[in-house]
Amino acid sequence: MPRAQIRLLPDGRRLHLNDGPIDLILEAFGPTDHIQLAYHAASARFVTVLDELCAELPLLRREQNAECWPTGVTARRMAGAVMPYSAQAFITPMAAVAGAVAEEILHAMTNAASINKAYVNDGGDIAIHLEPGQHFVVGMVERPDRPSLFGTATLTADQPVRGIATSGWRGRSFSLGIADAVTVLAKTAAMADAAATIIANAVDLPGHPAVLRVPARDLAPDNDLGERLVTQKVGALTDREISSALTSGEGRARRVLAAGLIGAAALHLQGQTRVVGDTLQLAQPATVHVERGLVHA
Amino acid sequence: MPDDDAIRCDACPVLCYIKPGRLGSCDRYGNQNGTLVRIEPHVVLDRAVSRGETVVPFLERDREWDGNLVTGQETFVTAIGAGTTYPDYKPAPFIISSEVKGVDMVTVVTEGIFSYCGVKLKIDTDRFLGSEQNTVRAQGEAVGHVTTSEYGSQMLSLGGVRHLTGGSRHEGTVTCQTLLDLSNGKSVELKVDEGASVVVQAGKPPVVDGVFEERMRVGCGSATIGMFAKQWFGKVDDVVVVDDHITGVLSEHQAGKLLGVSETGIKMKGRRSTPGRYFKVAEPGTAWGGTNIDDPLSILQPFDPKEAWAGLRLLMVSTTGEHSAYFELDESLQPVEKELPATLKESVARIKENCEPALCTVLFMGGAGGSLRAGVTENPVRLTRSVRDALTRVTCGGAPVYLWPGGGITFMVDVTRMPANAFGYVPTPALVAPIEFTLRLQDYAELGGYVDHVRSLSSISTDESRRRVSARTDNPWPLAPAKPPEAP
Repeated sequence: MPRAQIRLLPDGRRLHLNDGPIDLILEAFGPTDHIQLAYHAASARFVTVLDELCAELPLLRREQNAECWPTGVTARRMAGAVMPYSAQAFITPMAAVAGAVAEEILHAMTNAASINKAYVNDGGDIAIHLEPGQHFVVGMVERPDRPSLFGTATLTADQPVRGIATSGWRGRSFSLGIADAVTVLAKTAAMADAAATIIANAVDLPGHPAVLRVPARDLAPDNDLGERLVTQKVGALTDREISSALTSGEGRARRVLAAGLIGAAALHLQGQTRVVGDTLQLAQPATVHVERGLVHA
Repeated sequence: MPDDDAIRCDACPVLCYIKPGRLGSCDRYGNQNGTLVRIEPHVVLDRAVSRGETVVPFLERDREWDGNLVTGQETFVTAIGAGTTYPDYKPAPFIISSEVKGVDMVTVVTEGIFSYCGVKLKIDTDRFLGSEQNTVRAQGEAVGHVTTSEYGSQMLSLGGVRHLTGGSRHEGTVTCQTLLDLSNGKSVELKVDEGASVVVQAGKPPVVDGVFEERMRVGCGSATIGMFAKQWFGKVDDVVVVDDHITGVLSEHQAGKLLGVSETGIKMKGRRSTPGRYFKVAEPGTAWGGTNIDDPLSILQPFDPKEAWAGLRLLMVSTTGEHSAYFELDESLQPVEKELPATLKESVARIKENCEPALCTVLFMGGAGGSLRAGVTENPVRLTRSVRDALTRVTCGGAPVYLWPGGGITFMVDVTRMPANAFGYVPTPALVAPIEFTLRLQDYAELGGYVDHVRSLSSISTDESRRRVSARTDNPWPLAPAKPPEAP
């Protein structure tokens, strides 16, 4: 029994691939026979990705430096994406793992088949492929645990953006900052993933009593963040505090943008949003806000 | 690196060390009190039992994808883990459309907080659990009471709003925990005031004062005589059915008299209730017929020499058929054990065959007539009417419910027909139970439903990882054409 699960979702269009912590949903658009080719290629590539990464996991959990590069293809995508930040901040290749995996699978698909467009979504970190004239509309979620959109981005083939990633303390990975969500558009999914992590870490109010921080090791003993304090809860903040935290994140985002590492970023914290770059439109989408809570019988 | 209390997950090569109460990096496996468990949030009930999953396997070596897809109606989204909306007037979290035989159906999926709820327990036992109305306790707190005895069973009523919120904080918490455990199929130890201690678990035999109840008796000793008198007539001269409650004697019993069974001069110990029916032939125990005797002759006094005769044939049997012995009287009218004749073996086997396994049955009962309805429609009473008119089917985690007649939406559901761990709680304290309302899209629009919020099944199945379970073949399919509500 192979560990990886690969199955077509009931809509008949999207492929769901799962292996341990890697969970991908992908879709290709184009001639049917080429979609099949692409899906087969994605599946064939997928089944070894986790083993390849785990083979050098201790290295991938260490702070990135220019002397020590991993050997795996996906791992090298990760290392390359975090490298530009390693001089100024603590970052390990794991910060880009989701984006790098999405990218790697997308690469396998576009190599094998002629498709008009495709996306590989790795838990919100998305690699996209666009042939000339094609576009995607991407919805941005205010909080990963809430199905409500706070904005959309239309990605067209003539723009350089091929990767989207979101980071925040509510997400699956730990964050050093307090942002609900930072969504980044970049040239590649791995670059977007690394940048979202770095920017979300910078949306912060150091020492604020309403923020509960716990050493990462206390939550997950083998996490790459070790003793660093990760955000577990953010209490209600005043407008001024929200603004101050966002300003700090926005400053980081502008430096990253100026360095040419991202195309745009949207930073979200407790109802306030800042946008850096010009590809993102904040729209009031038709989607209903569904608050999760409980109702009394 | 590993902490003392962390466990290592070997589900994949990441080999996470997971601390108690935490999940691994996949968010699927977690450390629950030192045990590695697979945790998934939302149950999608799956009709494709034989296939195991509705999803189409992709890239299996022996079976290439043929492009065929499973149709949406084979999947039913339950409310387990769905959450609900707040405040009440907001549309329920999942309002899902599916097409069933050309008719657009809508299922409104929500989880309700029930403080008006409880558990009705049926415990198959003839042992004395406690007097009617006596308090039933868990961890020392009053959580319910003894209600009626039914044939071969004792009923308990647990929970209800008075124990949940009317007593002390601790009483409420313990009641909530008891209801939650029983509803989720876990075992709970209960103690009846001035009565027995009993361990109950849905679908399992009860354990009364440490003794496993395996089989229900076929009836009391007297009833057993009534059932089998005709089968014994002519094959044996007298029969004693040993029972802790009422021991029956064929020759004295009305059933024997009517058949013309002669007097045999048998003399019983214990207290005679009516002819052929004796109370307290021995002390309660775990041997013959729920008494403490191993030698059946110990409940007999010497035969009356005026009526007994040498060669008289006597069968002694327990109410479960587990114990039996055959005797013939010698010249001095002393019973001598002989091998059971084949003709009588059959009747003993039949007693055994008629004893059903003793079980505990847990029915969750709750009222959904309150504000929960506002998540379904803007005009709540119309939902109640629609349920009443059987236009709307109510299910609980996909399982059929029995709807009480009269006002409101008060229902009962057999928890063993629901997927595992379907219930939750809130610290109010109150139970969180899944509830689904399924009706025709057209009817939904007519009762003022949130038609704008209806979404397709395919949009649900793919959102996140959801827990898929196979539908039970003995449950009616929730989306099948409506039939009148049936008892669980």
